[in-house]
Amino acid sequence: MAEILSIEDVTVRFGGVTAVSGASLSIGQGELIGFIGPNGAGKTTLMRVITGVVQPQQGRVLLAGRDMANWSVSRRVRAGLALAQQIVQPLHDMSLLENVTLAVGMRHTASPLLSLLHTARGREQTVARELLARVGIGDAADALPATLPLGFLKRMEVARALALQPKLLLLDEPLAGLNQQEARAMADLIAELSRQGQTILLIEHNLREVIRICPTLYVQDNGKPLAFGQTQQVMADPAVRRAYLGAAA
Amino acid sequence: MAYEITLLTTMAISVLFALSLNFISGFCGQISLGHAAFLGTGAYTSALLTKASVPFLLTLPLAAMTAALLGVLVGLTSLRVRHDFLAITTMGVAFLFVGIVRQQDFLGGEIGVSGIPPTGLGRVGFLILAISLAAAFAAFSLYVRRSWMGFVFKSIADNEDVARLLGIDVPRYKLAAFVVGTAVAGVAGALYAHHFRFLAPDSFGFIESVSVLAMVIVGGIGSVWGVAFAAAILSVLPLMFQFVNDFKLLLYSALLFAMMRFSPDGVAGLVRRFLVTGPRNRG
Ligand SMILES: Nc1ncnc2c1ncn2[C@@H]1O[C@H](COP(=O)(O)OP(=O)(O)OP(=O)(O)O)[C@@H](O)[C@H]1O
Ligand SMILES: [Mg+2]
Repeated sequence: MAEILSIEDVTVRFGGVTAVSGASLSIGQGELIGFIGPNGAGKTTLMRVITGVVQPQQGRVLLAGRDMANWSVSRRVRAGLALAQQIVQPLHDMSLLENVTLAVGMRHTASPLLSLLHTARGREQTVARELLARVGIGDAADALPATLPLGFLKRMEVARALALQPKLLLLDEPLAGLNQQEARAMADLIAELSRQGQTILLIEHNLREVIRICPTLYVQDNGKPLAFGQTQQVMADPAVRRAYLGAAA
Repeated sequence: MAYEITLLTTMAISVLFALSLNFISGFCGQISLGHAAFLGTGAYTSALLTKASVPFLLTLPLAAMTAALLGVLVGLTSLRVRHDFLAITTMGVAFLFVGIVRQQDFLGGEIGVSGIPPTGLGRVGFLILAISLAAAFAAFSLYVRRSWMGFVFKSIADNEDVARLLGIDVPRYKLAAFVVGTAVAGVAGALYAHHFRFLAPDSFGFIESVSVLAMVIVGGIGSVWGVAFAAAILSVLPLMFQFVNDFKLLLYSALLFAMMRFSPDGVAGLVRRFLVTGPRNRG
C-alpha cells in the first residue's frame, strides 16, 4: 500500500500550551482513518499542520514521500490536499455555487496569467452543482452563505474540498451541525467516497458514525497519540475508554 | 472651447488614475494609501524624458515600467505580510516619494519641473488619447471582472485564508494586481505631466492619495462604472468651483464619511438599489 501522508513526531506549542505532542501517523492510499479524541486534544491543530496553516516546532509531514516543510498552503493544496474546516469559512460575497465553482476551476487559477486568459465557467458550474447535490444541498446552490443554517455551510465545506479532487481528503467534524438523518447521509457519502478509492482522514465526535464507517482509528488525547489501529481493538483499549470517560466527567 | 477641453482632459486622466487604484483596492481588496506616488513616478519619468527630447508616446510605456518597478518593490516587501500591511507601507511610500523628490536637484527639488514640452498631438489630440486610454483600461477592467482572475481577486478580497485553502497563490495574485494598478497609474502620470506641463512634488503626496481613494470609495469600490463616474465628477469640481478647491480635503472627507455611513458600496450601490438590477457586484 503506497503511503500518501506521513506525520513524523510533530509537536506544536502555542505559547505555554502544547497543542500537539509527538504525533505520528501514516496514511496509505485508499485508507479511511477516523481521528478521534476529546475536546482540545489537538486534532484541528494537527490538521492545520498538515495544510501548512500552523508551523510545528518539531517534526515533519511528508506527502507521498516529499517533505512539505516551507511549502505554502496553496502549494500543498495543489499537491493534493484538501480540507473541509471545522469552523466554516464560506466566501460571503459568493453563492454556494460560486464557492464550489472556484475550487473546481483550480486548473484556471494556477497562475494570474492563466486566470486572465479564461472566462467561461459553464463546465465548472455544472460540476459544482453536481457536488452540491451530492452532499445534499443542491437546492441551496444559488443562495448566499449568510442566509443559510450551519448544516448547509458544513456540507458546502465538504463539497468545496471534494471539488479540489485531492489525493488526501481532510475532514474536520463534517457531521457537526447536521441532524441525525443528515449526519447519517454524510457518513454514508464518506464511506462511498472511500469505497471509490478516495483517501480520507476524518476528525469526528460522532462516535457512532465513526465506528460504523471507519476501519481504522487514530486517537489523540491532550496532544499525545494514544492509540492507532483497527477500530474494534482501539475502542476496546482501556486507555481510550478512560480518555473519553475522563472527558465526559 | 479651450476650457472645456481642459476639463475633459482632467476628467479622463482622473478616471484612468482612479481605475488603476480600483484594480488594486476594488478588485483585489488591497487598500493603498500612497497611490499618488506611482502617478508621480510616471509623471516625473515622462517629463524628464520628453525634456530630453524623447517622443512623448514612447515615454508612456517607460512611465508604466518605472511606476510598476516601484510597485513591485513595494509589493514584494508588503504583500507577503498579512492583510493591512500594504495600507501602512504605501502611506509611507507617499511620504517618502515627496521627501525624496524634494531633495533631488535633477528632479527639480522643491521648485518642481517646469517647461515640459508639448506632446505634438495638439489639445484635441491629447484629449482623445487620454479618453482612449481611460476607456481602454475601463474595458480591460470589465473583462478582468468576468475572467477567472476577477473571480480569484474577489475571493482574496473576501477571505484570503480561504483562497489559500482553494489552492490560490495569494501573494502572486496580489502582486499581479499591484503591478497592473501601479503601471497604469504611471501612464496616468505621464498624461498628467503633459497636461499641466508643470510638476511639483506635493502633487503626489498623501492628500492626493486620499483624494483618489475617495473617488474609488465614493464611486463604489470595485465598480468600474461607479468609480469612473465619481472620478470624473470629483476631479473637475475643484476646477469649476473655487470653494470646492479651497475646502477640498474637508469636503471630500465629508463625502467619504457620508458614503461609508449611508451607502458603503458607493454611488454604484445607490444606483443598483434604485434600479434593482441583476446580480450583485456587477457593473
Ligand atoms: N491559534 C491558537 N492559539 C493558541 N492556542 C490554540 C490555538 N489553536 C488551538 N489552541 C489550543 O490548542 C489546544 C488544541 O486545540 P484544537 O483546536 O487543536 O483541539 P481539537 O482536538 O480540535 O478540539 P475540538 O474537538 O474541540 O475541536 C487547545 O487547548 C486550544 O485551546
Ligand atoms: Mg477541532
